[in-house]
Amino acid sequence: MRKRSLLSLLGIVLLALLPLSNIETHEPYAYHILILVLLWGSIYTAWSLMGKYGFVSLGHGAFLGVAVYTVTLLWNYLHLTPWLGMPIALGLCVVLAVLIGYPCFRLRVVGHYFALVTLALGEVVRLTIIAARDYTGGSLGITPARVQPPTPVSWYALQFADRDYFYFLALALWLLTLGVWRWVSRSMSDSALNAISEDEVAAASLGIHVTGEKLRITLISAVMTGLGGILFAQYNMYLNPETLAGVGVSLEIVFAAIAGGMYVALGPTVGALLTISLREYLRVLFGTQFIGAANTIYGILLIIFIIFMPQGILGTLLAWWRRRFGTAPQPQA
Amino acid sequence: MLVVDNVSKTFGALRAVNRVSFEVQKGEILGLIGPNGSGKSTLFNIISGALKPSGGRIWFEGRDITGWPPQRVCHLGLARTFQIPRPFRKLTLLQNVTLAAYYGTRTALSPAAARRRALEVLELVGLPTEAHIPVSVLGAAGLKKLELARALATQPKLLLADESLGGLDATEMEQAADLLERIRREMGITIVWVEHIMGVLMRVVDRVIVLDYGEKIAEGRPEEVARDPKVIEVYLGKAGSGP
Ligand SMILES: Nc1ncnc2c1ncn2[C@@H]1O[C@H](COP(=O)(O)OP(=O)(O)OP(=O)(O)O)[C@@H](O)[C@H]1O
Ligand SMILES: [Mg+2]
Repeated sequence: MRKRSLLSLLGIVLLALLPLSNIETHEPYAYHILILVLLWGSIYTAWSLMGKYGFVSLGHGAFLGVAVYTVTLLWNYLHLTPWLGMPIALGLCVVLAVLIGYPCFRLRVVGHYFALVTLALGEVVRLTIIAARDYTGGSLGITPARVQPPTPVSWYALQFADRDYFYFLALALWLLTLGVWRWVSRSMSDSALNAISEDEVAAASLGIHVTGEKLRITLISAVMTGLGGILFAQYNMYLNPETLAGVGVSLEIVFAAIAGGMYVALGPTVGALLTISLREYLRVLFGTQFIGAANTIYGILLIIFIIFMPQGILGTLLAWWRRRFGTAPQPQA
Repeated sequence: MLVVDNVSKTFGALRAVNRVSFEVQKGEILGLIGPNGSGKSTLFNIISGALKPSGGRIWFEGRDITGWPPQRVCHLGLARTFQIPRPFRKLTLLQNVTLAAYYGTRTALSPAAARRRALEVLELVGLPTEAHIPVSVLGAAGLKKLELARALATQPKLLLADESLGGLDATEMEQAADLLERIRREMGITIVWVEHIMGVLMRVVDRVIVLDYGEKIAEGRPEEVARDPKVIEVYLGKAGSGP
């Protein structure tokens, strides 16, 4: 146990010191990928907070879309700093989560039906963004307005020319998300949610407020997802409904989280590392020759992973380790 | 303490429970018997909030709890076990019971206190108290004990124990009966005990209610009920053709 906390601490320190190594000048591309992995790793982890209890949402793109468009539209049209836009956006994520969660949980929409309802939710948000094209730019997407007068480092606009800022913000968010994961898995809610995912009737008979518990984890997941999306949009400086709302990104989240391993804390991050580097690698490999081929191969590989490693890569590795060496680098927290 | 007033439940055309009324007095063990499919479990489901009645009302300690959600009923101090055990297999034995102790009361215990309470209850019903034992080690009798342990961990005033399950041999049934008696004596918990056979139950209970086809056909002290011609017909009629 001690050994593991030491190891985690060492890892965090190394990650925190990384920008000192001049990675930005020597390996800007790797640095960029790393930031993406931290950002999407946070989002996938946020999704897994629900997924690991069997509440499979195929609509987390909805939370991304609502969050990022709220912040950007408020900034572009009302010149509202993202620091104020953010709480509003996350508030809207909460409202959306309640609107979809409460009726589903009350009416015991579970399993495949829940997945389908959430799938539709992501699409509704995507189509709404497209329909409001006068403001959102529709499928062409939108760019957060550059801060005026141009400043390389603007905390007010949450815009930074220097990657280091985003690196630290992404790292902080990622650590926060892992902290939330750890807090949830060590709380009584962990047992309660496991119980609920197995047998709602029995859980309720023991005094567990089934709807309440499910709603709570959904809200946490939605807010953390929204937060990740907002930071990504500020980094990317471009948002469009295909990549930040709707089925596409929603399924990407699910695949990556499952492929990495949604039952272990670092699994979704491993999923992010895997999917993002795989996608980039294939993109470079195929260049512009066979547009689409990269996506196809990417999809096939994911399917193979999911079929042969239902515990995800990290989950499978840890299980193998446990069998091989008897001791567990037990990942539960 | 519990008043069941004219309660009915229909499933489509089937009248599973038909205008049943009875009362449970504080401190007693009330037996509820009846052949297969006579509506005993359905009645439990209604009282505990798992099912909404088609008609009638339920009162618990002066409060009308008809249609309350199960968790609220549980928090009031009315716990139930399931006829077919419904353990949480993703959790360990101890976690199963700790969960019930933690969520079962209105004012939440601390996790540590919930765990202590769980250990006490496991001890009482005679299940192992080690931390990492999975539910999968338990046999039929063990699973019934787990049901009981979870219900008791919620600190009920009234326990609805649906014990009517084959799979227990004679000694195990005697033990189960002794356990219910101890629960009443040591914890002061009122009990409604469901069985489909009279056997052991008649030795322990203060009063019996007999259901047949969803209707109450008899009520009274065990020896009176055992002499009741209607009850004899139901039971001997079945006994003649079956076990
Ligand atoms: N959810 C349900 N939907 C439809 N019919 C049901 C449902 N639950 C119970 N029934 C029917 O209601 C009747 C009463 O069932 P119940 O389980 O209450 O009987 P029981 O007295 O508990 O029997 P047993 O001694 O076998 O446990 C049965 O005919 C049963 O098939
Ligand atoms: Mg029954």
